[in-house]
Amino acid sequence: MTAWLAEQEHREMLREPRRHPLSRATVENKKTMEKISIIKSTAVLVPTANIDTDQIIPARFLKTTSREGFGEKLFYDWRFNADGTPVPNILDGKQGIILVAGENFGCGSSREHAAWAIHDAGYRAVVSSSFADIFKGNALNNSLLPVQVSPSYLAALTDALRAEPSLEITIDLASQTIYAEGVGTETFPIVGYKKECLLNGYSDIDYLLAGVDDIINYELSSRANDI
Amino acid sequence: MGKTLFDKIWEAHVVRSIPDGPDVLYIDRHLIHEVTSPQAFSALKSKNMKVFRPERTFATCDHNTPTHDQDKPIADPSSAKAVSALAENTSENGIRYFPLGDPGNGIVHVMGPEQGIVLCGQTIVCGDSHTATHGAFGNIAFGIGTSEVEMVFATQCLMQNKPMQARITVDGTLADDVTPKDVILYIISRLGTGGCTGCFVEYAGEVFRNMSMEGRMTVCNMSIEMGAKGGMVAPDTKTFEYIRGRRFAPSAEDFDALVQKSMFLRTDDDAVFDKEFHFDASDIRPMITYGTNPGMGMAVSDPIPSQAVGCDAGSFAKALEYMDLRSGDMLLGHKVDYVFLGSCTNGRIEDFRAFANAVKGRRKASDVVVWLVPGSKQVEMLIEEEGLGDILREAGFEIRQPGCSACLAMNDDKIPEGRYCVSTSNRNFEGRQGYGARTMLAGPLVAAEAALTGRVSLPQR
Repeated sequence: MTAWLAEQEHREMLREPRRHPLSRATVENKKTMEKISIIKSTAVLVPTANIDTDQIIPARFLKTTSREGFGEKLFYDWRFNADGTPVPNILDGKQGIILVAGENFGCGSSREHAAWAIHDAGYRAVVSSSFADIFKGNALNNSLLPVQVSPSYLAALTDALRAEPSLEITIDLASQTIYAEGVGTETFPIVGYKKECLLNGYSDIDYLLAGVDDIINYELSSRANDI
Repeated sequence: MGKTLFDKIWEAHVVRSIPDGPDVLYIDRHLIHEVTSPQAFSALKSKNMKVFRPERTFATCDHNTPTHDQDKPIADPSSAKAVSALAENTSENGIRYFPLGDPGNGIVHVMGPEQGIVLCGQTIVCGDSHTATHGAFGNIAFGIGTSEVEMVFATQCLMQNKPMQARITVDGTLADDVTPKDVILYIISRLGTGGCTGCFVEYAGEVFRNMSMEGRMTVCNMSIEMGAKGGMVAPDTKTFEYIRGRRFAPSAEDFDALVQKSMFLRTDDDAVFDKEFHFDASDIRPMITYGTNPGMGMAVSDPIPSQAVGCDAGSFAKALEYMDLRSGDMLLGHKVDYVFLGSCTNGRIEDFRAFANAVKGRRKASDVVVWLVPGSKQVEMLIEEEGLGDILREAGFEIRQPGCSACLAMNDDKIPEGRYCVSTSNRNFEGRQGYGARTMLAGPLVAAEAALTGRVSLPQR
């Protein structure tokens, strides 16, 4: 156990660009994430705008210190009364590993628990016309694909799913396309680097660890602007 | 073409750029708390690694800690476990930790600036979306997920795509009864809860230049509520004076160097933003929300509207049903069951000054429960030092101990099902303040009137 630094020493450390030797881990470019390529499934439609992370997973379930088991708590307050008895809700009778939601999905808190819960509940993609930035980043770091479609495509897909709840959707990451019969095909955006990561199962942390020399050089450079 | 304040800070922190990919961005300050860090520490441990630059990380516990009896062990076992995990993890990694009851403890976005951890021109992250607060000092500050917390632990860097940029300019003079909270609630009501998604915002114009640091923090804090990655205000003399002499702030020559460097941290005249918005201060009145996202706000004196920006008809109707409110009705005079003054948005000393000033010589309404929760130990101490505690107690209020409290109801401070709470916090999402709780967001002056009358009321001018 090492306690934190004495205050004066801590202040000194923050003055210097780099002051102590590094505990370096040797890291290969490990494949640490689940790969994504083609996702083909029926969909669960939740056509509400601005579904926030408190809806996805209420804060009272965030007290655990592990990453496991959040799937059971997904959309908990939509599914249960305060006393824990189930209530009829929008998810009833719907099945699939693709979630189709209204615009601005995942707004609110930065809790990665939201992405963990959706992934843990079995979903592998969320389709919406827009995503909150932090949620999108969290999803990509957990092999949950945010598929951003145009508002008109989302409207057409929503109508089609209302008419035919068992409609199958095909999402192909390599070609960046989403297809559903009667709705058609649309391409969706994803940063090239992130696409490679998901197709191959690479994670950001391995990339960063492989470039630790660059980081140290940055710290030693005059650009490191800390005081 | 000129550069924005954001461009300048971003470019100074790029370690390397990936073609068709993100930049590797160096992080100057990492703030952590008990809820979003344990899984990151575990992941690090499983790789047999320690925190790379522990001196750049600072820890506090705030989210699920109780706001009473903080000198006793935490009663809730899962909260106690999360807090003790933070103590162990920070100790093992040499990270400075401000435990419950420590003079430096408080809500992470209140204690960070107070302790002089947050300077100017920095990159600052925390596993909490309200990290945007620290943009008030002219920083790129934003919330991150737990996988990213792990990345910062391991390498002091993050991989980030440079966001688009928006500038929100508010010129003119605010009326006396309009607080910084009203300004940001007004802006969000105009732009919608997703109105700045994908953007980093710079706040410019007379209103923000004239605003105190506390006010700028309130505004930047809620940038995320319109989808922005963060929000910032260019540093000025007020910024430097706030930082000067604080516990971890640079002293003497180092401080002068910081000022020298930071005075030029501003957007060039010929810089171009992806989006520009202009508002007039004279259009802003005391605000309140009536729905279930922060974009569903209006002037307290207005009737409840029939639509909101970025909210389709079905979602709008669902929100009003949850709130048990109707379009066209007035909120003014509506019964209020609870009032919450606190949070990283409005839990600073200036908010307690405003609240105390409004209730001075008056009495709390008997039919309303009021929770006054300081944002930090330092705020708690200043409340007594400045004599605000006596004013508040004489008016019938009690002051709780610091923490996030009823903002997200992770501890016992929950609003019961169906009850209305005028809250100075930042989110009115369904269930945010407790299962079935009905939140109306407002500033400290509207909260004070609600506490005195038990009704939605206008601040006295």
